[in-house]
Amino acid sequence: MNKIANRVKQIEAMAQKTGFPVYSEGKNPLVRGKIATPRKELQQASPKLVSLEEAIRQSGLKDGMTISFHHHFRSGDKVINMVVDKLAEMGFKHLHLAASSLIDVHEPLIAHIRNGIISRISTSGLRGALGAAISHGLMDEPVIFRSHGGRAAAIANGELHIDVAFLGAPSCDSLGNACGYAQGENVKSICGSLGYAKVDAQYADKVVIITDSLMPYPNTPNSISERDVDFVVEVDSIGDAAKISSGAIRDSKNPRDLLLAQTAAKVVINGGYFQNGFSIQTGTGGASLAVVKFIREKMIEKNIKASFALGGITTHMVKLHEEGLIERLIDVQSFDRGAAESLINNRMHKEVSANEYASALEIGSAVHWLDMVILSALEVDVNFNANVLVGSDGVIRGAIGGHPDTAADAALSIIVCPLLRGRIPCVVDEVTTLITPGTSVDVIVTDYGVAVNPNRPEIAERLKVAHVNVVQIHDLKEKARKIIGDADPLPFGERTVGIVMSRDGSVMDIVRNIKDK
Amino acid sequence: MEINTASAGTLESGDILVEIIPARQKGIEIILSSAVSHQFGKQIKQVIFQTLSELNVTDATVHATDKGALDCTIRARVTAAVCRATKTDVWK
Repeated sequence: MNKIANRVKQIEAMAQKTGFPVYSEGKNPLVRGKIATPRKELQQASPKLVSLEEAIRQSGLKDGMTISFHHHFRSGDKVINMVVDKLAEMGFKHLHLAASSLIDVHEPLIAHIRNGIISRISTSGLRGALGAAISHGLMDEPVIFRSHGGRAAAIANGELHIDVAFLGAPSCDSLGNACGYAQGENVKSICGSLGYAKVDAQYADKVVIITDSLMPYPNTPNSISERDVDFVVEVDSIGDAAKISSGAIRDSKNPRDLLLAQTAAKVVINGGYFQNGFSIQTGTGGASLAVVKFIREKMIEKNIKASFALGGITTHMVKLHEEGLIERLIDVQSFDRGAAESLINNRMHKEVSANEYASALEIGSAVHWLDMVILSALEVDVNFNANVLVGSDGVIRGAIGGHPDTAADAALSIIVCPLLRGRIPCVVDEVTTLITPGTSVDVIVTDYGVAVNPNRPEIAERLKVAHVNVVQIHDLKEKARKIIGDADPLPFGERTVGIVMSRDGSVMDIVRNIKDK
Repeated sequence: MEINTASAGTLESGDILVEIIPARQKGIEIILSSAVSHQFGKQIKQVIFQTLSELNVTDATVHATDKGALDCTIRARVTAAVCRATKTDVWK
């Protein structure tokens, strides 16, 4: 008779042969037994749902370890300060803070650095008082600066190992399905894409989601899967909703911005890549946004459609998408409320992780499939190098962002910057700090003419044919010098306060401390 | 030349606010605050000093709050401030 009882010997024999144990009810402690509690009730007591202090304790965080954060909440962020305050209270020391970027609201970190709670920082940028303090020598260890793609690559290949990631999320259920918005539900704030945080969630040893809108299970769609999440912490507020996603950035009425934008649009249209199915990324500066407006007119006139727009997505790009001019949006960071809402409403608006966005080590990274990128810069030099990190006063005040990633990978990279900002020359002999190497910058658009990298003579030819005012980069530099004179050298000290990593994982440049005169 | 307290210019980006007050001591004293003082402080003071000299101002204290003004702007603001401070028309 072929009954289970008759097969016991064979089951045991096969178990022995395959090396698996023989089944016995409740034997594997990792498998939970049946619980009869109604699930609505059970979810309230999810074992992942703990206090911040409990999450830190259970995560196994130790002195000297690496904690990570994202900057999707921009200047509305409360998560970094909240967590580091708690870590200080719990007595942690010498932590390595690895954020996707740090901005002016993170000024309270200065005290935590002084008190030895944070002793190393990795970030894309620094702004405000924190950047100034670090430039003046606040830290013993230099800050490591990486581009968004460079950070993602370093996390993926283990160079930047994250012990515990603390990731704020506008919505999350008790099991850790987290999202930058919520479908059909009211949440306190929305940030749209969680592209930078997705990398941390995937690779960190322990992941803590911090939310102020705990959703019923399952919170779909989710940017971060419960599979990657160890703890969920509910707090009163993860940030200031109005600053997490602001209204659409207003169109610039500054005539110089408009002139720059008009010229940049001419470069886009005549550079050789403006054809059906092209792809594009733009920044959020006044001129960059205005470029979109001018390109839009030409797209309608010539019946040209773009296959995708990439990057930090803005309401401007969303409008073109909704008009049918751009088929898809690929979004690592939603820059304003309109972009965040589009991610909720538009099916062709895709969220990507920083890895898929811009990692040099990822075959499929979207920047590699980009025709054109329009960037800004604090300074460019006669070798087409660009600086977006250190101000002309020698103080760290910017962020690398995706600048070197997009410039290196796009078929045509365009930097738009005025010749002068007040008394600051933007075209100089040599950039204060090297962020994006000149080999990856193709065209520099200024209000006094357009300079084309000598590596790209074909672009210069196309632009000349289209009556773009193509000039020599040295002439631009000379023009700036004539107007404002020669600058005295900056009073840099001998200490290294920052290390600029190239997107390929090598050291590109260093930033020295600045002394007050 | 009698100097009264007077000012010209604004704190707008690209401008410079020049305030002239009666000299605390003999000679010209320039107190400059500028975001670009590291690189252009000397040059800005030089332009202010030279403009005052050309207008025959020998004793004055000048507070200059610079927001990245170019030399031409600095000269214009200093000249206007001197006109107001001395109640004279330098264009004659």
